Amino acid sequence: MRSSMRSGTGAGWGLRTAATGGLLFLNLPLAFILLYALTTDDRSFNFPPPGLTLKWFAVAWGRDDIWQALALSVEVALMGMGLALILGTLAALAMYRFRFFGKESVTLMILLPIALPGIVTGISLRSAFALGGIPFSYWTIVLGHATFCIVVVYNNVIARLRRSSPTLIEASMDLGANSFQTFRHVVLPNVATALLAGGMLAFALSFDEVIVTTFTAGQQETLPIWMLSQLLRPRERPLTNVAAVFVIAVTLIPILGAYYLTRDTHDAAGSGK
Amino acid sequence: MSAVAEPLGSGPVRQGFFGRLSTSLYLRPRLVLLLLLLPPLLWLGIVYIGSLLALLAQSFFSVDDFSGLTVYQPTLATYAELFTPANISIILRTIVMAAVVTIGCAVIGFPLAYYMARFAGPRAKAVFYLAVMLPLWSNYLVRVYSWKLILAKEGVLTWLFNLVGLGGLLDDALALPIVGGPSLSASYIGMCIVFIYIWLPYMILPVEAALERVPRSFIEASADLGARPRATFRNVILPLAIPGVAAGSIFTFSLTLGDYIIPNLIGNSRPFVGMVVYSYQGTAGNIPLAAAFTMVPILVMALYLAGAKRLGAFDAL
Repeated sequence: MRSSMRSGTGAGWGLRTAATGGLLFLNLPLAFILLYALTTDDRSFNFPPPGLTLKWFAVAWGRDDIWQALALSVEVALMGMGLALILGTLAALAMYRFRFFGKESVTLMILLPIALPGIVTGISLRSAFALGGIPFSYWTIVLGHATFCIVVVYNNVIARLRRSSPTLIEASMDLGANSFQTFRHVVLPNVATALLAGGMLAFALSFDEVIVTTFTAGQQETLPIWMLSQLLRPRERPLTNVAAVFVIAVTLIPILGAYYLTRDTHDAAGSGK
Repeated sequence: MSAVAEPLGSGPVRQGFFGRLSTSLYLRPRLVLLLLLLPPLLWLGIVYIGSLLALLAQSFFSVDDFSGLTVYQPTLATYAELFTPANISIILRTIVMAAVVTIGCAVIGFPLAYYMARFAGPRAKAVFYLAVMLPLWSNYLVRVYSWKLILAKEGVLTWLFNLVGLGGLLDDALALPIVGGPSLSASYIGMCIVFIYIWLPYMILPVEAALERVPRSFIEASADLGARPRATFRNVILPLAIPGVAAGSIFTFSLTLGDYIIPNLIGNSRPFVGMVVYSYQGTAGNIPLAAAFTMVPILVMALYLAGAKRLGAFDAL
């Protein structure tokens, strides 16, 4: 913070307005979801709402299909995140430490699942499942999710590795630590917040993925698939809003927690640059 | 006895299994590379590249017009179907939308990322970071849906425009020939807003990271050499931020190209590539034509990635 003051002028009012406007643009719509979850009007999109009620929350709470969809979404996202964390970190370590023939192609391959539109990933997996005679299941959903989550973890970890100093690793080795100890006590603490951030992004990406999932899920309903089917039936609209509020609340807690836990290390890593 | 016999300088005295393993791995960097890279390569190679090849294979098959069954014989007939005027206009419409959305994301996202990286203190930065991440965490469909509420004719935006006395302006915008429509939620303007809103965090995060990596010494050096803040911004910060913008644009462009949910829920019902692919593989049961259509965004993204790579996007990811 001190250095930003030293570097001269603060932000002008134009930049402040643009930044604030951008933030409002990103976050206000979520507030409208909350508002509309409370509205007594379940037929149109009238604003301001004619009245407020909590009854939709009670209705949604008693719905088994919502709970099942939520459970499946969490299971898929956790497994996808876990696989992506392992594969993405391995890839990042390899790409950071070594130069080798075909490195560019490997970068491209890691990037491809997210660089190509989701629908490509979806229909590719679907046609592969069709050709291979693989029935749809929990694992076909995870397969797709883990594939496009690898790149998020990879990006975060490799960015952190590139920013951290290689002399730390050399110092650790000079002081007699073996590779595993160095990884455990030097590299891992250094990339911990990047792993956490990458994991969070992967979880988020998986948790609200709908495009790839529609191609790989078969009869199973994740929460986004449940919502898609709800959006096609407008008379249950208030329930969709309630479920959305619930999802926002549930995801806000871990993201705030993760941020609170990594706040200090994050600042320390940032100020060193 | 044996400890005495050990030569000096042989490293740590107690070298357990992991120590020995570590040493032997240290002497074989190729093996380490293989061990690290093999699992992700196998996964991506089999699951992803394998699937893409399956897709490619499907695009060279065709569907029998009478039986509706897939004919597993190589043919280019399916690709020929792509080049009807209707299909070409679908493809062009999608590409133009993706380009406009990408530009919109860059224009709205850059000031935010710039403020975040350069001017926000640690606390403000934490708030900004959360505020950018929170929409990413929230359900995609519901975020789209929230805009259906906002853009509806009886919704917030119309109410707001009327409140400040600009209702006429909104009507004028909706009266425009191509981009307009009966209401914002049934027009290209609305669809574009929703696309920008949905993909904006994907632009902000890499741009912010790129801006944060600009060494403070560069900016100070520029100032010391007599450059005004504006010149420093244009000649030092902006060129170093371009890779970040290019990286972000990969996401915004690609995600728009393939989306079929937003064009389904917002806008007039004119089809986009994603919608066509989805409907061909689903209700129509024409996987070959869906596969051939999918080659369009793949080809477009290949060209786009080549361009983005020249701008240094891959290093900014």
